[in-house]
Amino acid sequence: MSDAIRVRDLRKTYPASPPVEAVRGIDLHVERGECFGLLGPNGAGKTTTIEILEGLLDATSGDVEILGLRWDRDGDAIRQRIGISLQETRLSEKLTLRETLRLFRSFYRQGRDPDQLIAQLSLGDKADARVGKLSGGQKQRLAVACALVGDPELLFLDEPTTGLDPRSRRELWSVIQQFRDSRRTVLLTTHYLDEAERLCDRVAIVDRGRVIACDTPRALIASLGGEHVIEFQASDRLATGGAGRRPTLDAMLALPSVTGARDDGERLALSVAEPHVAIPALLARLADLGFQLAGLTTRHASLEDVFIKVAGHALSDAEPSVRE
Amino acid sequence: MSSAFAQLTLSRIREFIREPEALFWVYGFPLLMATALGIAFRNQPVEQMRVDVVKTRADAPPADAGPLAALARESRFVVTEGTDTAARQRLRGGKTDVVVVVVRGAAELTTAEGSAVATDPPVAGGGAVATDPPVAEGGAVAEGAAVAKGGARYAYLYDFTRKESLLARNAVEDALQRAAGRRDAFMAEDRNFDEPGGRYIDFLVPGLLGMSLMGGGLWGVGYVIVDMRIRKLLKRFLATPMPRSHFLAAILASRLLFLLPEVLVLLAFARFAFGVQSQGGLVGVLVFILLGALAFAGIGLLVASRARTLESVSGLMNLVMLPMWVLSGIFFSSDRFPTAVQPWIKLLPLTMAIDGLRGVMIEGLAAWSQPRELIGLAIWASVSFALALRLFRWN
Repeated sequence: MSDAIRVRDLRKTYPASPPVEAVRGIDLHVERGECFGLLGPNGAGKTTTIEILEGLLDATSGDVEILGLRWDRDGDAIRQRIGISLQETRLSEKLTLRETLRLFRSFYRQGRDPDQLIAQLSLGDKADARVGKLSGGQKQRLAVACALVGDPELLFLDEPTTGLDPRSRRELWSVIQQFRDSRRTVLLTTHYLDEAERLCDRVAIVDRGRVIACDTPRALIASLGGEHVIEFQASDRLATGGAGRRPTLDAMLALPSVTGARDDGERLALSVAEPHVAIPALLARLADLGFQLAGLTTRHASLEDVFIKVAGHALSDAEPSVRE
Repeated sequence: MSSAFAQLTLSRIREFIREPEALFWVYGFPLLMATALGIAFRNQPVEQMRVDVVKTRADAPPADAGPLAALARESRFVVTEGTDTAARQRLRGGKTDVVVVVVRGAAELTTAEGSAVATDPPVAGGGAVATDPPVAEGGAVAEGAAVAKGGARYAYLYDFTRKESLLARNAVEDALQRAAGRRDAFMAEDRNFDEPGGRYIDFLVPGLLGMSLMGGGLWGVGYVIVDMRIRKLLKRFLATPMPRSHFLAAILASRLLFLLPEVLVLLAFARFAFGVQSQGGLVGVLVFILLGALAFAGIGLLVASRARTLESVSGLMNLVMLPMWVLSGIFFSSDRFPTAVQPWIKLLPLTMAIDGLRGVMIEGLAAWSQPRELIGLAIWASVSFALALRLFRWN
């Protein structure tokens, strides 16, 4: 069986002066049955990429195969087999939830029973409510239901949980997991690390139109060299206030079990394989150098740490260079 | 599962009937308009003329005596007596049509009348008519004088350029002359022309039908599509296997469905409230309504094919509709515009629709005996659709 998605050297340049290079050579390969995430800040080119894959935008150059088919030849066949949810669609507010799903169901040759789908997404008590009366989370679940009603093999979700409260996000995650558990494929974009870590079998980290890392979340984190992070503040003049001198990164990297160090501005963060080895050594070293410790926390390394390492900046402070 | 076309049409209908404001504008507004205009032009069975009488001298005879009494007797005059200042003010405000100024005193009038009756043979009333219409003495309001032997008895004060004033002046002159003894050379009979088809409301109803075809087509198609584009619903539909022809056909079908009650309500209202009846067959009316609706739906689609914001589509629609509102003869015949622009006016789809409808409803023509309008509308519909489909942007 062919791969769910295969992308080679995908590029998209928007005509402008100067031209905006939204996607600058992306390669992807998504297998059937996996949940694949495009993780990146706003403006990284995620939406442009997913819309090209959905057949809504034409690529400037590159090669795209969806379920072994190509948009230019088999557009209708692909549309019958995929389901999508756009980043922002305002469905007709005057229609009820059930009517909306029936409308979308009528577009597909085969599909699921709208009422059954409503029950599965726990929207049963809202089936006859107008879309305009639904909460944000319910609307988003309806949007996903519209994507599922054609019983797709491949589901595209663009920022499915943006702007939702934690409970709505968890509800939506379980819907996506159920779909994936039926051995079908999901491609989603997100700028939430926890979402990517929790939902995705594999994650491609996208920054400024390129994939800068791609692997399972676990492997990406492991690539940091340590699965734990120690963050602390230290200064030689802490008691008197003021910035003062801070320990050098080199001095920190020399500590046992420390595989990486970076300066976050206020705090220092160390990637560590075995915290129980590193922490006593760190404390001793700081005392030797005459530094006072202001705070120390340890946590598991996350995709955020991976992102900072590979992109060179934090996920939240990317300059929005491209329209999304 | 029903087809995409059926579901899309059903959705449009649901959205429409669940929007009370839209319902009012589409169905209520033309009715209000027809009522208002119908009443304005109907409830004046016989126009009454308003006449002010001003006496400049203390010894003037009372209004209920002499020739002036004739004015008060005739129901077509509404006579008001007052001072010169008050009368001029009423004239300025358009509250009276003509002011009769009594220039002489009672005694002079009696003797003058006596002599007039005695000496003037009926045919010789011509002497008084000689200065009629009086030559303006500058200014909009001038004084014309009814001259008889021995100088003017009355002066008529009115605006020479106002039709109502001129009519009133002539009627007053007539009445006074007759009361003073003029004999007419022959008798003539007045017959009122009030046949269905000849009244203003009969002329107006086809115009209103055309107007609602235009408004409904442009708003009902153009606005709805741009709204869907803004909501990214068009883009969302594009990502499904929905046949695009079904989508456009559904927009069109729902538009024609909404039109049906719209047109029927207006026609029924005109029939029962004002007795407006089509002189030609209903088939002809329906043919022009259908063709008009298709032409305006096509234009609506064309206007909406690229617009990205509601502001831009509203602007475009007004740009399209405004010239037709003015030129196409909704409220008055488009023949009033200069001959040079007539060929262009006749090319406008609204002119074609209204002319076609008037041809059927007023002149009793069949649809096919107006090939110009018939073919013209068909061309508008097909060209605008073809162009819109080429230009249409889904996202």
